[in-house]
Amino acid sequence: MAETASDALLGVFREPDSVATALDSLRAAGFGGHELTILSGVPYPEGAFGEEPERHRLYVFPFMGAACGFAVALLLVVGTQISYPLVTGGKPILSIPPMVNVMYEGTMLGAVLFTVIGIIFESRLPNLTPMPYDPRISEGYIGVLVTRADGRTAAAERALREAGALDIVTHPNAQLAT
Amino acid sequence: MQERRDLPPPKVNHDLLQFPMHTPLWFWIAAGALGMVVAAGVLTFGLMMHVGLQLLGYTNTVYWSVLITNFVFWVGISHAGVMISAILRLTQAEWRRPVTRAAEVLTVFSLATAALFPVIHTGRPWRLIYWIFPYDFSRGVWPDIRSALVWDPSAIFTYLTSSTLFVYVALIPDLAVARDRSTGWRRRFYGLFAMGFHGSKRQWRLQAIAGILLSALILPIFVSVHSIVSWDFAMAILPGWHSTVFPPYFVIGAVHSGVSAVATVMASLRRVFHLEDYITPDHFDALGRLLVAVATTWLFFFLMDFYFGIFRRDPTEVAVWQLRLFTPPYSTLFPIFLLTAYVIPVPIWLFRRFRRNIGMMFWTSLLVNVGMWLERYILIVPPQSFKEPFTYLWVPPYVPQPPEYILTLAGFGLVSFGFLIFAKIFPIIPLYDIKEGQVLKHEIRIGRVRVPAIFRE
Repeated sequence: MAETASDALLGVFREPDSVATALDSLRAAGFGGHELTILSGVPYPEGAFGEEPERHRLYVFPFMGAACGFAVALLLVVGTQISYPLVTGGKPILSIPPMVNVMYEGTMLGAVLFTVIGIIFESRLPNLTPMPYDPRISEGYIGVLVTRADGRTAAAERALREAGALDIVTHPNAQLAT
Repeated sequence: MQERRDLPPPKVNHDLLQFPMHTPLWFWIAAGALGMVVAAGVLTFGLMMHVGLQLLGYTNTVYWSVLITNFVFWVGISHAGVMISAILRLTQAEWRRPVTRAAEVLTVFSLATAALFPVIHTGRPWRLIYWIFPYDFSRGVWPDIRSALVWDPSAIFTYLTSSTLFVYVALIPDLAVARDRSTGWRRRFYGLFAMGFHGSKRQWRLQAIAGILLSALILPIFVSVHSIVSWDFAMAILPGWHSTVFPPYFVIGAVHSGVSAVATVMASLRRVFHLEDYITPDHFDALGRLLVAVATTWLFFFLMDFYFGIFRRDPTEVAVWQLRLFTPPYSTLFPIFLLTAYVIPVPIWLFRRFRRNIGMMFWTSLLVNVGMWLERYILIVPPQSFKEPFTYLWVPPYVPQPPEYILTLAGFGLVSFGFLIFAKIFPIIPLYDIKEGQVLKHEIRIGRVRVPAIFRE
């Protein structure tokens, strides 16, 4: 979800119920799900605020990584053996059982590396865009971020206030980007 | 888990970021003392490189000894992280919350320390570069991947990289909290590594999936690592080492020593950082019950190794076991190992009263690791000490020398030092995991009692 700073505003709430109410009000005021983001210091269960489920493609990353890792490991074990074909103990140069160990580790390493890249990528990190943020969110408060309120700022603010927002933050917080 | 304490988010932040944000005097004393132990190890290593491996007690037949014992021991301890963190995450065990990060960090530092010992053992570590990279580009000589000694670094590298990334990914939300609560260079430091994390629903969703996904990926690596370490021995044809039972025996032994080490570390953390609200007797109760099962499985594989050794009546194999059981000094070390690794702690853990006694859990879990270090020593050294007919009859017995003791001590110092520095910079108990437990906790009434309940997705 693209988050821009200039036209965004953040309502700070204390109770999850108020957040759910705020989301309903904002939707009624014409804001789409893609324009609303909930910020919290705690992972709340999926759907706790009546929000739309997040879509992601994280599950693709481990498979891509595993395939890349397998290919690199295969290249390594085959390449090193045939570049200096020294027969030991009458065993074949390309002997499957010992190759499997290194190839297995390479495959798993690729899967883990790509998964971590996927987590960072799908989480939209690093997030270098200054946006409204309140450090109280990490103290248990919950924020409702309206990302594209241009021209509808008053309506968004009214919906947030009526739902019980303690504060409305409009200034981008540069510390997030540092 | 019957014990649920009310921990509001500001209190969690305050308690768990207290040590990273403020530096008590004891930290400098502890860091200085541990630094000196590590420095003693570095000096001994330097002396060993200068003088040569004759400083150690190696004989013509025994040259995998204390240093390799340390290697296997620390790889074993490193299995704590995955056993506790990954398995408990996958099974959504509620008591995992305060335990996971300490276990994962213990994994990283013990594995890094383990990886140092084979390097020290080589005597000329700078030559490792020739071992890892082609010996000679023009002739195209590469490391032989058919050797178990090449499988080992590949497995350890994979496990160390994965464990480090696992720690980092789970740390990102807590780095954001530390960023929000700090100023100056600390804010810039935490902000840099938090990468702008702001706790959106999407980011939390991916954190939850990341925990499960990475756990599922690291578990097979965890099993492979100690299996491959066991093949360092089992692939050799030396009697006493050449056994098919070694991989599961090593893996379960690693879990036994690793989970025990987590219990020791948790008891120490609770005492040192005053984390009584977070690490409760319930956690030790759960760890104790887990340890009874793990230790008994380990005992089964130990008995299998013994049984496989003597069942064939191979004279050399039987002689190795005679050496382990009836010849000093192994005959003295063997009962100590068995008593400390199983006979003393496990009957104690059968009693709930003792499992909930944190002092008792600290000492019994410490005892297990004394026993498990001795287990590796007895497993590794005697088979090499056995003298084949007509060869090396003149060799004096292997006796560990002072440098080996110093390097062993330095290993413990290095892991403790790394752990202490990590705890000084980052929260050692995951803030968000504790807070999530608080959000999801609930009580329901069943008849006349109120019992804890938990929401699960």
